[in-house]
Amino acid sequence: MPIYIDRRLNPKDKSLGNRQRFLKRAREELKRTIKEQVRAGKITDVDAEHRVPMPARGTSEPTFRPDRSSGERGYILPGNKEFAPGDRLPKPGASGGEGGTGAGRGGSDDDFQFVLSREEVLDLFFEDLELPDMVKLNLKEAVAYRPRRAGFATSGSPTNINVGRTMRNSYGRRIALHRPKRQEVERLEAEIARLEVESDKLGGKQLEALRAELESLERKRRRIPYVDPIDIRFNRFEQQPLPNASAVMFCLMDVSSSMGEREKDLAKRFFVLLHLFLKRRYERIDIVFIRHTHEAREVDEETFFYSTQSGGTVVSTALEEMQRIIAERYPSREWNIYAAQASDGDNIAGDSERCASMLRDELMQLCQYYAYVEIIDERETEIFGATDNGTSLWRAYRTVGDQWPNFQMTRIARPADIYPVFRKLFARQSASPTRR
Amino acid sequence: MPGSKSAAGSKLLFAGSDWNFATLSRTYDAIEKIALEELHLDVYPNQLEIISSEQMLDAYSSVGMPLMYQHWSFGKRFVFEDHLYRSGRRGLAYELVINSNPCIAYLMEENTMAMQALVTAHASFGHNHFFKNNYLFQQWTDASAILSYMEFAKKYIARCEERYGTPAVEVILDSAHALMDQGVFRYRRPPRLSSEKERERARERLEYEEQTFSDLWRTLPPRTSEDDADEVEQEVAERKKKLNLPEENLLYFLEKNSLILQPWQRELLRIVRVIAQYFYPQRQTKVMNEGCATFVHYYIMNRLYDQEKISEGAMLEILQSHTNVVFQPDFDDPRFPGINPYALGFALMQDIQRICNEPTPEDREWFPDIAGTGNWRETLLDAWANHRDESFILQYLSPTLIRNFRLFLLKDKSSDPYCEVASIHNERGYEAIRAALARSYDIGVSQPDIQVVDVDLLGDRHLRLQHNVKNGVLLDEESRDSTLRHVCRLWGYNVSLAGVDAETESRLYETSATAG
Repeated sequence: MPIYIDRRLNPKDKSLGNRQRFLKRAREELKRTIKEQVRAGKITDVDAEHRVPMPARGTSEPTFRPDRSSGERGYILPGNKEFAPGDRLPKPGASGGEGGTGAGRGGSDDDFQFVLSREEVLDLFFEDLELPDMVKLNLKEAVAYRPRRAGFATSGSPTNINVGRTMRNSYGRRIALHRPKRQEVERLEAEIARLEVESDKLGGKQLEALRAELESLERKRRRIPYVDPIDIRFNRFEQQPLPNASAVMFCLMDVSSSMGEREKDLAKRFFVLLHLFLKRRYERIDIVFIRHTHEAREVDEETFFYSTQSGGTVVSTALEEMQRIIAERYPSREWNIYAAQASDGDNIAGDSERCASMLRDELMQLCQYYAYVEIIDERETEIFGATDNGTSLWRAYRTVGDQWPNFQMTRIARPADIYPVFRKLFARQSASPTRR
Repeated sequence: MPGSKSAAGSKLLFAGSDWNFATLSRTYDAIEKIALEELHLDVYPNQLEIISSEQMLDAYSSVGMPLMYQHWSFGKRFVFEDHLYRSGRRGLAYELVINSNPCIAYLMEENTMAMQALVTAHASFGHNHFFKNNYLFQQWTDASAILSYMEFAKKYIARCEERYGTPAVEVILDSAHALMDQGVFRYRRPPRLSSEKERERARERLEYEEQTFSDLWRTLPPRTSEDDADEVEQEVAERKKKLNLPEENLLYFLEKNSLILQPWQRELLRIVRVIAQYFYPQRQTKVMNEGCATFVHYYIMNRLYDQEKISEGAMLEILQSHTNVVFQPDFDDPRFPGINPYALGFALMQDIQRICNEPTPEDREWFPDIAGTGNWRETLLDAWANHRDESFILQYLSPTLIRNFRLFLLKDKSSDPYCEVASIHNERGYEAIRAALARSYDIGVSQPDIQVVDVDLLGDRHLRLQHNVKNGVLLDEESRDSTLRHVCRLWGYNVSLAGVDAETESRLYETSATAG
């Protein structure tokens, strides 16, 4: 008789520690991959699992192994059909059956991809954004759920017994099975008592019958319990996501030729981050992309980030477009409106003031939050970093910022500069006075 | 339960595909009876563990050991296996067996009862017998100690990580893993002197030197340059002898002689080396080990069926997975992964049985010792105990098998633009094919032969390695140079590797890594 051990209930993820070590080791390479995927993918895709190719650098395991292309060797192969000694076969280029015993193992490493979980992806994505830990935690947190009553169940914990429902079932069952009522028993007992007193006269025959009847009633009562386990019902709860209002996020971007690859990449990270923030707070988020040169148009994400358009720069056209879309599709009493604008600060002369006044007088009343980022050259940070001076758009927007606390503006040159824009947005989250 | 009732009524051990511990142990007893009484197997006590598929994946990635220290490379392997499994490109093995005493075999919970029976026969009797009786395992591994050693290793490495930091430990393990293939003793056991004996000898030597000390030697005139060359050569020979050079086990050499390693780092090298040595016999007996296990399960299952202990349905299922396991695609088949050790091993074992029972005249000529003796059980038991893949194939691969597999020998010279068919399955080719196939299972041939040849511990401490190049097969350069850097990291001083042709002794290449 052998020893049998049931290990099925042992902890499963024995390899989890090793997996983490492996990811840590491949961190740089994975980070680059994720960055590229973020750059190429959709804003909403960041918040999900990602497939990444197996990182090669830093995780190679070198050994002294023979070089397949050198020397002289012999292979024994099965399944000869037509060869005779002395036959010559041209060597196959890169692959083929002649790989010998090990051919199947080594080569497949390259095209092999594996899946990073959402948490792992966000970790990598956050890494050079320099988010405070608390913020990271908050963004990574899954949607909050609240238990909600949802009908009844036949199993559950005793604290959740629904007495009303249970008693109703018990009552029905008692009727169906003809469980003798207490009054019936009591009536019979009274009758017996009465008869016992006067028994002498009328003889015991009736009394005996009554007693037998009483006994059968008692037996029946014992057999059919008052409350049976099958009567019991429990309140059932369903985990429901916390009801959040919907939000719409406007992404506005200048796509004139002055916005290069770097600028667009920074802008994209900014939009991604805003989306992540909003996703924590709202169940449903629409994203509207508006790009502008000297005229503005709503476009899809692909066009927004990748196609170029030439022309001048009139920022107010984008604001007008946004206004039009809000009026058309997103009434502000139903939607929380967020807007994020990225630009290099260029604007046609005289238009900046118009933008500022549009924001001051109309848009800011509709928006929950408006963030403006000006993407500047890394060298310019030194010049502009401290002063309020700057492009005409910057100067004009300053006046909006003074009036509206939910208007944020900043200059960014590096990924790490993006987060401060959100500081205020996040700080407000604890209070969270969202409109519905 | 109708199933168990009908099983109890007839002789069937189980009915249906569900299993429980009662059917498992009932079946085990029936299998054990056949294994011990009919096949005369000799096994370690068995321990069968039921695991889930996730746990099987876990076990895979830690090289099949139930206990393993943590390292990122196992995470890499896990990610890899997990991917293959999830994308459906590879199924999981039905079983995993560990050469330990008691012999641990894993059964997957998803297996049907028929599969559990098959796996029990295969692992707990086939592999188990092989582990216990094969001379390589007997000589090189200690089945009763391996689990407690692994437990020690795991704890020790975890403690080192706590004390010295994970990166410091990882660096040493990385380097040690790179040299794992060069971390085994192939031909001799490690010298085993008890430390006490060693100290005793050192003291004696010192005493002798003191006794024979003479101040006169100091007054001799300095050597002339003429006998210098001679002297140097003698010195080199002397110090090589002292260090036991040449040394094939690089990890052993580094562990004992590296001047820069801390005691705990030496212990890490030792752990990696011990594990490498533990797996060394398995790598040399893949064909035999699987052949033995497959033959045993095939025999036992058929016997159970003959005794009407398993139903026709279960037998069909067993046969189906058996044929899957021993399937050998042809070389031009897209599924061809190389010669399937299960197929070759099983065919060899069955062929021995055939030769013993119903030999052809050809067999009588090739195998006069065993042909027609009818003594196949003893012949197999003897072969399982006393051979490794190379010698086994060299002795037992029959012309019949070569014809059945239609084996042919293809010569591949890197200088030629073509491969040449050297031998096929005909009278002239049998010997050549048999020898070539045997050679391809010789680890000494397929693994590069790299040895420590010289080091001057009192001088510049330059460590010299030599690669004995056979048949002109060089090393993959990129991998070679990174591995050499790993050697350099463990040695701490300059290291160089020279490739020397084994026949002509001409120097083919030389590369070095400098300590920085």
